[in-house]
Order: sequence, then structure tokens, then C-alpha cells
Amino acid sequence: MKEKTKLLILVGLFLMAYFIPWAHPVIRQSGLEAFMMLQEYAREHVLTCLIPAFFIAGAIAVFVSQASVLKYFGNQAKKILSYSVASVSGTILAVCSCTVLPLFAGIYSRGAGIGPATAFLYSGPAINVLAITMTAKILGWQLGLARAIGAVIFAVITGLLMAFIFRKDDLARTGGQIHVPDEDDTGRTLFQDSIYILTMVLILIFAAFAKPAPDAAGLWPAIFAAKWYITIFLLIALGWMLKAWFTKEECVSWIDATWGFMKQIFPLLLGGVIVAGFLLGRPGHSALIPEQYIQTLLGGNSLWANLFASVAGAFMYFATLTEVPILQGLLGAGMGKGPALALLLAGPALSLPNMLVIGGVMGVKKTAVFCAIIVVMSTIAGMLYGTFVV
Amino acid sequence: MEIKILGPGCPKCEQTSKIVTEALSDTGVEATVEKVTGVMEIAGYGVFGTPAVVIDGDVKCVGKIPKKEDVSSWLTK
Repeated sequence: MKEKTKLLILVGLFLMAYFIPWAHPVIRQSGLEAFMMLQEYAREHVLTCLIPAFFIAGAIAVFVSQASVLKYFGNQAKKILSYSVASVSGTILAVCSCTVLPLFAGIYSRGAGIGPATAFLYSGPAINVLAITMTAKILGWQLGLARAIGAVIFAVITGLLMAFIFRKDDLARTGGQIHVPDEDDTGRTLFQDSIYILTMVLILIFAAFAKPAPDAAGLWPAIFAAKWYITIFLLIALGWMLKAWFTKEECVSWIDATWGFMKQIFPLLLGGVIVAGFLLGRPGHSALIPEQYIQTLLGGNSLWANLFASVAGAFMYFATLTEVPILQGLLGAGMGKGPALALLLAGPALSLPNMLVIGGVMGVKKTAVFCAIIVVMSTIAGMLYGTFVV
Repeated sequence: MEIKILGPGCPKCEQTSKIVTEALSDTGVEATVEKVTGVMEIAGYGVFGTPAVVIDGDVKCVGKIPKKEDVSSWLTK
């Protein structure tokens, strides 16, 4: 960080401290909401959802071979494979934004071309494990599922459209040698790795299993009653696997990767939750921004509300995962479900800073087309979701 | 000898450049170390993952933090 930026931040904080009327009832209420929301996250989501999800993300980063995926992005790779792999590989490749951009630039300039590159660029941030679990846990599984499916479909369509629109430029790209990360021989079979990650996913699902409605009958209450037994059983199984299949060094690098994610994401999320709580409040409680504004702008499922959500999402910068508390606040204040999905689909993949970087790689024109495609599709998806699902 | 460390500036890249510096002082090899942070420039090396280490134009490692022993062996070869 430059010294000048630090000074600006300090000055900003000073002005806030000096001028904000902290004693005003609305500000008091907002401040209270910020911490109530923080407490809700600490109590409901951190232990059962975030922590297991971090361990899964760490395991994926360390144990899933990136080399096996990246070979589908070479310039010799079959197009169909490139697109399909690009649209889903965000789950294992995009847990950190520092992988996404270099990889995108590589695929674009040396590898499979603009189509798969933009497909990857779009799907990456939207379908990583952490984002999907958080969305499903906090905003409901319907939105989580819609987000995952929407992101995969969007990635393919965006990629194909980009490849079609800019098909002439694509021919002029340079070939050349490419280097993908080395494949390590781990001594485990793919089956063992999959079982290991699956066990963790199951732990996440059972530990976070929500209390079913009081009148629900059959399987769900039974699972809910037994959830801690199942979770403990799975934890023991996981411990056994770690002992039997993994070396000590591997466990250490797993913990390192997990800790790396926690360090990177927890502070951002903490800030995001506090800001969302301060501006929007928990569902059913009002805070700084009056609810009628949000209802007028984003309520219902009109074309205007969906378009507004997409455009706002496209320009706004969401630090990793902070889109979830912000949306929770917005939904609680009266945003429609359709616009919420539109924002989720346009938001994390695009932001002003990120547009500038993409612009540096593929030029202003292509970037503008890329953003326009995403905004239009997000709007349509939001309207469809709002009309048919909710 | 000319060493380039490719990476947009994430913690892993910092770690890598630290390891390279350590390996240099361990082996006593004279080299210029340059950090390459431009995304397009990185892509120009055909590198599909960062951090990556390039020594005298040869891509030595891609997408992970190298071990210090490995770096030392590249330097002394």
C-alpha cells in the first residue's frame, strides 16, 4: 500500500469519526444492527458452515491436481472439452483470485482462445466451493442451486458468444509452448481423493443441517435428530483416512492452505457483515438505508429491478463472499428473489477494478461486450427465476 | 544469471521470492532477480499458473511455491 493511500484512509476515518452524528437514533440503531448481524454470523454460520468449507477449499487447493485440468486449456485441446471444463473448473481452480487472472490471460493468449478463457473467467468466482455453500446456507438452497446452475450455463453461453463475435481475432493469436503446473505423484488413487473430499462435504452438510419445520414428517426430522452422531462418525472416518492415506507433510500443507484461506477471507467477511448490517440491517430490522428505497428499486420482479440489480452488481466490487451478507440485508429489506439472483450472477464475476484488468488483457471492446453479455443474461435469468421459481 | 519470478503479487508469490533470495545467499550464486507482475507479460511466458520461476529463460516451476533445495539445485547447475 502506498503511503499516500494510507494517509487518505486515515483522513477518511478521521472525518467519519468527526462528522457522523453518532448520537442520532438511526445511526445508533444501525450500529446495533451491524453487531447483531455479526453475532448472527458468529453463532449460526461460522462453526458449522464456514470452517468446514475452508477445510474443503484447502483440501481442493492442495490435493486436487491442477495439471490434470489445465491440459484441457491448451491450444490443441478439443473445443467441446475446453468449454465444459472451463465452465466447471472454477470449483477447483478459482479459490484464489491470484490464480484466476494469470490463468485467464494464459488461456486467452496462448491456449484454447477467447471462448474458453472468458467461460473460465466468468464461472471461476461464481462457483467456487466457499461461495456456493455460503449462498445455500444463508440465502437458502434454492438460490444456492440457481446460482451454481446459472453460473455454469452462463459460462458456456458467454464463452461461445465471445468466440463467435470475435472469431476473426482468434485466428491471429500466437501459439507457442505452454507450461502447466507439474503433476505430483501422491500415491493415492483418484477414488481415495474423492472419498476424502466427499467425506468433508458430508460433514459440512450434516453439521449445517437446518432444523426442519415443526410439522415435517419422515426422513428430515430423523436426520436432524441424528445429525451430531452422523457428524462425529464422519469425523472419525476422516481422521482414519488422514492417518492411513496421507503423509504428515501433506496434512501440514493442507492445514497451511486452509489457514491461508481463513486469513485471507475472514477479515473481508467480517468487514462485509458489519457494513451490510450497518447499511441494511438484519431481515425484519431496519437500519441506515430506509427499506422503502430498496423496495422501490429492487422489489418485485420487474425488468427494471432485475436490470438495476445486474448493472449494480456488475460495477460493484464484492470482496470474496461479502456478496452473501449484503444480499441477505437487501433481501431482508424487501429485494425480490429474481433481482437477488441477477445480482449474484453479475456481481462476483465483474467489478470495476476487475474490468480494468480484463480490459488490459483483451482490450476495451471485448471487455465491454463481455460485460454486456453478462448483464443482459443476468437480467433474463433473474426475471425467469422470479417468475417461475418463487 | 537472470531469475524472474512471475506472479501478480499474492502471498504465494512473495513466499517464492523469499525462497529464491534465501537460496541465492545459501549458494552464493550471483544473479539478478526480477519480479514480473503484469498479467499479459506472465502469459507471454506461456505460464498457466502462478507463482512461477524462470531462470535464464527456462521455466523451472509453475503454480506452486518451490522448495529451497530445488531452487538451489537449479542455481548451481
